[in-house]
Amino acid sequence: MAVTLDQTIAQKQHTFLSRLFSSQTFWVVIAVILACIFLSFATDAFATSKNLYNITRNITFVAIVALGMTFVIITGGIDLSVGSVLCLCSMVLAVTMHAGYSIEIGILATIATALVIGAFNGIFIAYLGFPPFVVTLGMLSIARSLAMVASNNTVVFQFGPDHNKLLALGGGAWVFGIANPVLYMIILALITGFILRWTKFGRHIFAIGGNEHAATLTGVPVKQIKVAVYMISALSAGIAGIIETGWLGAVTTNLGNGMELQVIAATVIGGANLAGGVGTAFGAIVGAALIEVIRNSLGLLGINAFWQGTFIGGAILLAVLFDRIRNFRRSD
Amino acid sequence: MAVLELTNISKHFGAIQAVNDVSLSIEPGQVVGLMGDNGAGKSTLVKMIAGNFRPSHGTMRMDDKELILHKPVEARQHGIEIVHQDLALCNNLTAAANVYLGRELRRGVGPFRILDYAAMYKRAGQIFAELKSETRPRDLVKQMSGGQRQAVAIARTMLSQAKIVLMDEPTAAISVRQVAEVLNLIRHLRDQGIAVVLISHRMPDVFDVADRVIVMRRGRKVADKAIASSSPEEVTGLITGAIEQVA
Repeated sequence: MAVTLDQTIAQKQHTFLSRLFSSQTFWVVIAVILACIFLSFATDAFATSKNLYNITRNITFVAIVALGMTFVIITGGIDLSVGSVLCLCSMVLAVTMHAGYSIEIGILATIATALVIGAFNGIFIAYLGFPPFVVTLGMLSIARSLAMVASNNTVVFQFGPDHNKLLALGGGAWVFGIANPVLYMIILALITGFILRWTKFGRHIFAIGGNEHAATLTGVPVKQIKVAVYMISALSAGIAGIIETGWLGAVTTNLGNGMELQVIAATVIGGANLAGGVGTAFGAIVGAALIEVIRNSLGLLGINAFWQGTFIGGAILLAVLFDRIRNFRRSD
Repeated sequence: MAVLELTNISKHFGAIQAVNDVSLSIEPGQVVGLMGDNGAGKSTLVKMIAGNFRPSHGTMRMDDKELILHKPVEARQHGIEIVHQDLALCNNLTAAANVYLGRELRRGVGPFRILDYAAMYKRAGQIFAELKSETRPRDLVKQMSGGQRQAVAIARTMLSQAKIVLMDEPTAAISVRQVAEVLNLIRHLRDQGIAVVLISHRMPDVFDVADRVIVMRRGRKVADKAIASSSPEEVTGLITGAIEQVA
């Protein structure tokens, strides 16, 4: 009897394959691959190295912010301010460097700005009990306005003595001809994946999203962790802002306008659940990739760009539909 | 010797006297049923033992040393474990992750310490085996039965050397077969010398598993006697007030 009990306890119910097939992220990957194969045959322009270079680089800005957003969404929160924070951070970098400071000081100031904004959001949410939607909606407005104040609503395109260093940082391709932003994205994704899977902090983030009350009762420092995730989200927007500034070579106060919705779409398509408790780094990247492939392909196939929103919206609904169908089957 | 001793404990919230001059002692390896109607002061009493509230008056002693608790974590450090009524489980995590929530095992050195999945699965599996519960450490809690969920919550109390386990309505929302399972889990804790305080509305459960029953009414302790010398009828009378008090 004892042997059978031990056997039952030791049994693994899920094999690697069953886990793979039941994951939303897996099916989105398949969708991206199929779309790429189809486009390579349907158009001449898709599978060219120049187009692939463009696609991979375009993915990165949304993807990097989506990595930070993944932390917030796993805790069951939301950060609507990322697009504006990205703009403000880019502007802080541009204005600092334009004033003659070095790139190091510019980046430090940018990171500090991001962390302060993230801490502000987090403290209002965790300690004062504001709903995340409201706090970050307020920050969406505040950060963009501050960006306008900082630049007097002008375009900044001269970055002082370290101008070329900044452009190389964002626009170069230092390793194997892969665009630099793509490298940053891969490194940040690996770090995110590691934190989520292997650290106590990551485990606690999932616990908060699963059952915040339970996390509190078992001694998880819920409030501190919540502040930390909003700081991470703002930081990811700041990093994306630095890279995007270097790539574009100019900053306007329109930068990152509406980006928060693309970022949230990417995380949700990649399998994160807005109710909290579910999400992966890989999913965020894959979600961003699917959005970009859709956008790119519509252009190449000669479909009117006005249809873009319809296709991306359809992708969001379809991705979540898979998840729903799976849950229906389970509840039967 | 008593593992926990409460002397003249009172708690009031403003003008409301939630617990009034309660003294009791709990022996190791004893299951004490704590009964009473809603608002009788059971939860408040338990929350003082668990470190959620500080008593307004009176003292608590543990192993003959005065016990002052400022927050729940301190209660846990003293070997007082609580199984909450809602079990405090995260559905999106595995059974092992839930057992170790807030006390994850890690390996490595310094800042490079990573979660030790293998050790947590192994130890959680051992505890489930000890509890004779068919619960798999790798399964998500979402997919588990009420009895298995109870086992996960109770397994938490066995990670460290618990002296007292407080269980808040562990059999309130589960099926008959699972109730038997949970009562068995309580007996396992008792057999290891752990004192169990079982807060329950369910008379049959208390008379099945408890050694002693304490009845509270309107913040006062109105009975404290061995199960063998009491009866469900007497306890019902005490809860409702039909019987005023027994020695």
